[in-house]
Amino acid sequence: MTIINYDQRLVKSKNPYPKGPNDWKRFFSFNTDAKVIGIQYIVTALFFLLLGGLLGMLVRGELITPPSDLFDPTVYNGLYTMHGTVMLFLFLFPMLSGLTNLLVPPMIGAPDMAFPKLNALAFWLVPVFSIILLLSFFVPGGPASSGWWSYPPISIQNPLGKMINGEMLWITAISLSGISSIMGAVNFVTTIIRMRAPGMGFFKMPIFIWTVLAAQLLQLLGLPALTGGAIMLFFDLSFGTSFFRIEGGGDPVLFQHFFWFYSHPAVYVMVLPVFGIFSELFPVYARKPLFGYKFVAVASFGITILSLVVWVHHMFYTGTPMWMRNLFMFTTMLIAVPTGVKVFAWIATLWGGNLRLSTPMLFCLGGLFNFIFGGITGVMLATVPVDIHVGNTYFVVAHFHYIIFNTIAFGIFAGIYHWFPKFTGRMFYEGLGKVHFALTFIGATLNWLPLHWAGLLGMPRRVASYDPEFAIWNVIASIGAFILGVASIPFILNMVSSWVRGKAAPPNPWKAIGLEWLLPSPPPHENFEDDIPTVLNEPYCYGLDKPFVQDEQFYIDKSFKKH
Amino acid sequence: MLSENKSPTINHTPGHVKHDGHNMTGFIIFLCSESIIFFAFFVGYGILKVTAPVWYPEGIDGIAVKEPLINTVILVSSSFVIYFAEKSLHKKNLWGFRSIWFITMLMGSYFVYGQYIEWSELSFSLQSGVFGGMFYLLTGFHGLHVITGILLMGLMLYRSFLPNNYKGGEMGVESVSLFWHFVDVIWIILFVLIYLWQ
Repeated sequence: MTIINYDQRLVKSKNPYPKGPNDWKRFFSFNTDAKVIGIQYIVTALFFLLLGGLLGMLVRGELITPPSDLFDPTVYNGLYTMHGTVMLFLFLFPMLSGLTNLLVPPMIGAPDMAFPKLNALAFWLVPVFSIILLLSFFVPGGPASSGWWSYPPISIQNPLGKMINGEMLWITAISLSGISSIMGAVNFVTTIIRMRAPGMGFFKMPIFIWTVLAAQLLQLLGLPALTGGAIMLFFDLSFGTSFFRIEGGGDPVLFQHFFWFYSHPAVYVMVLPVFGIFSELFPVYARKPLFGYKFVAVASFGITILSLVVWVHHMFYTGTPMWMRNLFMFTTMLIAVPTGVKVFAWIATLWGGNLRLSTPMLFCLGGLFNFIFGGITGVMLATVPVDIHVGNTYFVVAHFHYIIFNTIAFGIFAGIYHWFPKFTGRMFYEGLGKVHFALTFIGATLNWLPLHWAGLLGMPRRVASYDPEFAIWNVIASIGAFILGVASIPFILNMVSSWVRGKAAPPNPWKAIGLEWLLPSPPPHENFEDDIPTVLNEPYCYGLDKPFVQDEQFYIDKSFKKH
Repeated sequence: MLSENKSPTINHTPGHVKHDGHNMTGFIIFLCSESIIFFAFFVGYGILKVTAPVWYPEGIDGIAVKEPLINTVILVSSSFVIYFAEKSLHKKNLWGFRSIWFITMLMGSYFVYGQYIEWSELSFSLQSGVFGGMFYLLTGFHGLHVITGILLMGLMLYRSFLPNNYKGGEMGVESVSLFWHFVDVIWIILFVLIYLWQ
């Protein structure tokens, strides 16, 4: 069973924050401290997780019966479009930016990000574009309804002829989100390249830092292509150009290339940091060194490079020539190699380890299990004949939810629980965490596992009504979705009550190795300030006689002192 | 692990790292990313040009090259001029820097003026088929970058009059100069694509 030995030298202070009770105000200000910005991002993102989840449950509520009875089909189109957009651009990207902001400076021993003001600006764009996106519910004609990928010609139809319409607000919001992400990416990459602790060469960086670097480089390389496509789409919609209009000599498939050139790598932008979280957490909770550290690190860049040349696998059924299909089928399948390296490294890390099944570890194990399943259906979808058969069915929906929720969101929850004591200075309630995990795992499995069958039987996605033969799968899926909704209650309860009145956290409650665990909980304003440790080894030497930093004991003692 | 009684020898690494030192790195990363938008537009231009059934709008079978060529020569040579401005700043020749820098600004402004004249004399518009859209999108997006560059140069010119401005290095001037070279290279590709490949 899980027994966590808290360190005896607990910090007894009632309020772990130095500045007193009014301190919460800094979370509502233009604060340039990466730790404040990180929490701003995460809390904002969790709010949008609830909103996106609500939209998702409305979609599932409609689909619980075959006819379209709950909503008008037009409203349904708006609902799934906004569900996808909110979840991707308002929940996942801000959430991962938040985790990255919190973790990168302490993990590499930097006092802050390289450009703190740019960092704050990038965050404050999030509420701006969120409001723009949500306002589209209230404009005539309703929100964007052409799916989160916004393919022309559907997306450039403007039936009401109004200058400000749902689609126009959608494109504006997405472009602003892109600007915010680019600001973040410039900041993260510069920070990682320039501000690492002495001795921390590339092959001594934590895997999370490797994956963040890989993911943010991918943002820098891919995102501008989407921005370019979005600008052209905007011109087509609002200024009467015909880049993507067939009747004006344009080419709608060109937009699909722009869109997927970024939006496929975007999946890796989201999943790579989660791979990083898995790689950080498995060694801690298995008490073993990470298996094949260097291979896991380099595999991140293998994924980055390959993911830039796979985008056409989303377009196998949109009139791509045969040579292109074969080429992209091959490159897509190649991605299974670096990903497989990581999966085998994690399993080898777990093998024979002394597993502690606490909440973060449960989320990691659940996420890994789901990722293997989602990866296998991914390889199925990469196969051209299978894809042409099941493309645009619920099989695809089930596959990407297995990656995006059952893997990425699981990894995010694992990360939130794991680093919660470090950045709030409070322990969370283990029991509530386990309830959250159980409900999430059951709900997610019930929600998306049956949809694979519905998809293989031919149920098309994005339609409000369906043939009664698919009813059973949809009823199970909807029940799963509502369980997922319920799962948010123990989570919110846990986060809020632990943060307000949880037990004070010691500097290193999980006995983990890593620069962030050599800091007090919560870390002081500029992390290590003038005493940055000199790194000697990679942070995974559990049970080995290899010191992590020079004079480790000095920093451990220091981390217990009040700041 | 070290034993407790051993006195620690701590390397005092300055934690308050000067943020200015990273500006150039960040700016180069940003420019690489920015060039991808142009790359996307260029690829889009190429694909549409090769595949579109009708390329030029009705009544037009090409665009004049002569005036844009003069414009190009001026913009490209301003890239050399700005190099000398930067060089005089390295030699602490402040007035030399200011005057050559100002000449670069004038050359950039002439380019924008030339672009404006060209736009106002064209017989097709943004809505004139794929070519019309692409032409105004590319030249307009590049023109925005030129205007940004001139404004940034103006800011650097203003800052050169502030006391102690170059104490922490000449990052600002170097970054703007790099941006100007970037705008230049983009224009050369654009010129080849739009004007020479007809």
